Amino acid sequence: MTSQRNPFAAAVAANRFGLGARPGELAAIETDPVGWLKAQLKDSPPVLKDASLEPSAATLARALELRKQKKAAGDGDQEKVAAALKLPAVYRPVYIDEAYARFAHAVGTDRPFLERLTQFWSNHFAVSIDKIAVLGLAGALEREAIRPHVTGSFTGLLLAVERHPAMLLYLDNHASIGPRSRAAGFVSRRGKGRKAGINENLAREILELHTLGVDGGYTQSDVTTFAQAISGWSVGGQDNGRRLAKLGGGNGKPGEFFFRESFHEPGAKRLLGRSYSDGGYAQGEAILKDIALRPQTARHLATKLARHFIADDPPAAAVDRITAAWLDSKAHLPAVYAALIDSPEAWEQPSAKFKTPADYIHSSYRALGIPLREKRRSLRAFEALGQRNLSSGSPAGWPDTSADWDGSSALLKRIAWADVIAQRMGDARNARELAPQLLGGTLSEDTDRAIARAESGAQALTLLLASPEFMRR
Amino acid sequence: MTNKLSRRGFLEASLFAGASTLTASRLAFANAPTDSRFVFVLLRGALDGLSAVPPVGDPDYASLRGQIALAKSGPGAALPLEGPFGLHPALEFLHRSYLAKELTVLHAIASPYRERSHFDAQNVLESGDPRPHGSASGWINRALAALPAGKSHESGVALGANVPLAMRGPAAVASWSPTRIAALDEATLARVTDLYARDPVLSQRLAEALESDSIASEAQAAANADPEAAMTTNENVVAQDAREKRNYNGRYVETARAAAGFLKREDGPRVAMFDTTGWDTHANEGGAQGQLALRLRGLDAALAALKDSLGPVWRKTAVLVATEFGRTAAINGTRGTDHGTAAAAFLLGGAVAGGRVLADWPGLARANLHENRDLKPTRDLRTVMKGVLRDHLGVSGAALDTQVFPDSAAVRALDHLMRA
Repeated sequence: MTSQRNPFAAAVAANRFGLGARPGELAAIETDPVGWLKAQLKDSPPVLKDASLEPSAATLARALELRKQKKAAGDGDQEKVAAALKLPAVYRPVYIDEAYARFAHAVGTDRPFLERLTQFWSNHFAVSIDKIAVLGLAGALEREAIRPHVTGSFTGLLLAVERHPAMLLYLDNHASIGPRSRAAGFVSRRGKGRKAGINENLAREILELHTLGVDGGYTQSDVTTFAQAISGWSVGGQDNGRRLAKLGGGNGKPGEFFFRESFHEPGAKRLLGRSYSDGGYAQGEAILKDIALRPQTARHLATKLARHFIADDPPAAAVDRITAAWLDSKAHLPAVYAALIDSPEAWEQPSAKFKTPADYIHSSYRALGIPLREKRRSLRAFEALGQRNLSSGSPAGWPDTSADWDGSSALLKRIAWADVIAQRMGDARNARELAPQLLGGTLSEDTDRAIARAESGAQALTLLLASPEFMRR
Repeated sequence: MTNKLSRRGFLEASLFAGASTLTASRLAFANAPTDSRFVFVLLRGALDGLSAVPPVGDPDYASLRGQIALAKSGPGAALPLEGPFGLHPALEFLHRSYLAKELTVLHAIASPYRERSHFDAQNVLESGDPRPHGSASGWINRALAALPAGKSHESGVALGANVPLAMRGPAAVASWSPTRIAALDEATLARVTDLYARDPVLSQRLAEALESDSIASEAQAAANADPEAAMTTNENVVAQDAREKRNYNGRYVETARAAAGFLKREDGPRVAMFDTTGWDTHANEGGAQGQLALRLRGLDAALAALKDSLGPVWRKTAVLVATEFGRTAAINGTRGTDHGTAAAAFLLGGAVAGGRVLADWPGLARANLHENRDLKPTRDLRTVMKGVLRDHLGVSGAALDTQVFPDSAAVRALDHLMRA
């Protein structure tokens, strides 16, 4: 695939591995589509340089301050407290800024493969904004914990994500208390019949979703023990801090990761066939570093990557190859991605993946060079097509097979939206010229003919965006 | 003319107004295999059955549940059912249905899945296969396919943009959801249809979409054509609006009404499904008030809206409300509950022989808990599904034991769930 022009591979590189071709892109990469993908992995990580975006610690500190001011809100249920504090008023503008920034970046980036990888990991470590407590933090998780590590090691990525306040709050670990910790003793002495205990939510989802996978061979006892090992992984500046400070260890910096030693279940732990000595924070970190490199984790992630980039039913040979690269490189992600790119299966079946609504929007914007509008207005398409940014509704993230997205209602909405876009762009774009530039070797005769015979420029654009090969990648 | 008017009305109701008259074949739902209606409501995230249907008379209940335990009497008390059981006070409509003998409450019930992953558990619950990811189609769809003539037309509708696993499979099932995108002109739509001619998946999906859309807009047209009905609807809508705004998850009311719009048509689909989320109450679950109470109130309102919108068709309807698994018997360290095993489920409708709690109650004493932590499952959810599919929709026992629920001959359908 060197020096010779390969319009078919170019279309696969730009549309399947990237976020959809922009006019001119295929011509630029068609002599070396593989090289174009690999080059994207070499430079700096895909950080978002947008000075208007606030660090999550500052956002969270503002929220905590609000809570302090309104002590009257008490400590009832989270949603109610959040509403009483007008937390959405603090968080919603932050969410809009974050969602818009990632949208604009996806539309404009010259390294679309890196951006797709970022989105892949963001979805793998999903934190969903339907939980108000993370509405203003979910975008920051991607920006602060994921982007800097997309071209690093999975171990670094995993640690950054599990320590991030958005994840700790989303899966309730910030308040998880070991049953034999100092805090538990304090609560049982003073807590009016209350009992402190662990919350196993984060521990379970780390094992099931983030690392080993549901068939990764762990037991309920592993989940419970792991939850005890990471009890104390919390967020600084919580409002009950003064009470907690009496237990020693302070209250941490507001809004930042804080190891609350008084919550931590003391003692050595045994899980997943290994023993971990009592090292406070270091215990949880050691376990994470260990499971990041387990063969089950390698296979789980290799399968997910192959499903995302190759086919709904990932070919076994490709999964094996990616798994091996994971283990050989000690989860050095560029080596893993290289194994993926070098899998011939990824280049054999064009249009094997039905685009998600977000893919469809990103690729349409890139294809037609649709100008972005006011933030909220620009983001409406995601809601209309059924995939609001960062709102998968579950720690499992958005599903990743065609059957999850190709419902009849979803398809009709997509076509209707394509038509709205086409009307807006009207004669400013020429579908006949664009089609080969966007779809390269994957453009079908049927689509080419339909576009040629369209009765207006806008209708031709609708047909281009609605075509089977543009619906898929 | 009528059509244009109806479509405008539809737009104003901010529902989809795609080219409804273009290809819609009026034959699609003709010769329906059954006159009975079935709705499946899936609660994703694991409903806490011990809060939804609290066993307030169980001696261990209050101590296990601590701050989130519901009271037997007094303010915020559970609504009384038979035996040790009560209903969460947010479930007022369900309680009225119980008193009217239109609700059967099922407890200590579970799918065959015994681990604690939401996603595998939902997969088992939806596929009907006891092994996670054992099947790429769902039990409802396969039941439809097993009905006489079930494959020849669309007999099911999924309320949502996409079709959930339980409804995927050989039988044609459409998805439908309202949208705010402007209408597509018919000439363009005709060309897209042509362009999909050689793409079997997209051409089928598009045909299904146009069919459902046509039904939805005709339902709207019918409502507009009947001034009296329209007036009632408007009044209902105003009163309903005020009520729903107070309800978290009021959006499910709209979904339930849309489901009813499809089901009440003579020539419409016979089976509908929708799902709701937000049941994963790991922290600050709340008791009579709080997070879970808000969601239960939303569910209760949606089910009430379904009955209201179905009108006389409610008499022919059975609704199964189920979740992937239950939650821990004891409260956890953050005033919530973690993933458990057995849960509660509801079977309601005008066709249901209700007014009962069906539970082989294992008790909450520590020795009786599953793995020392969860309510023990004493009934397989498939016994209920099979009973409903057999006695309500007329699916044959042989099909139920093999196609619909693979390798389930040993799991016997429950008798007498439906009115004779």
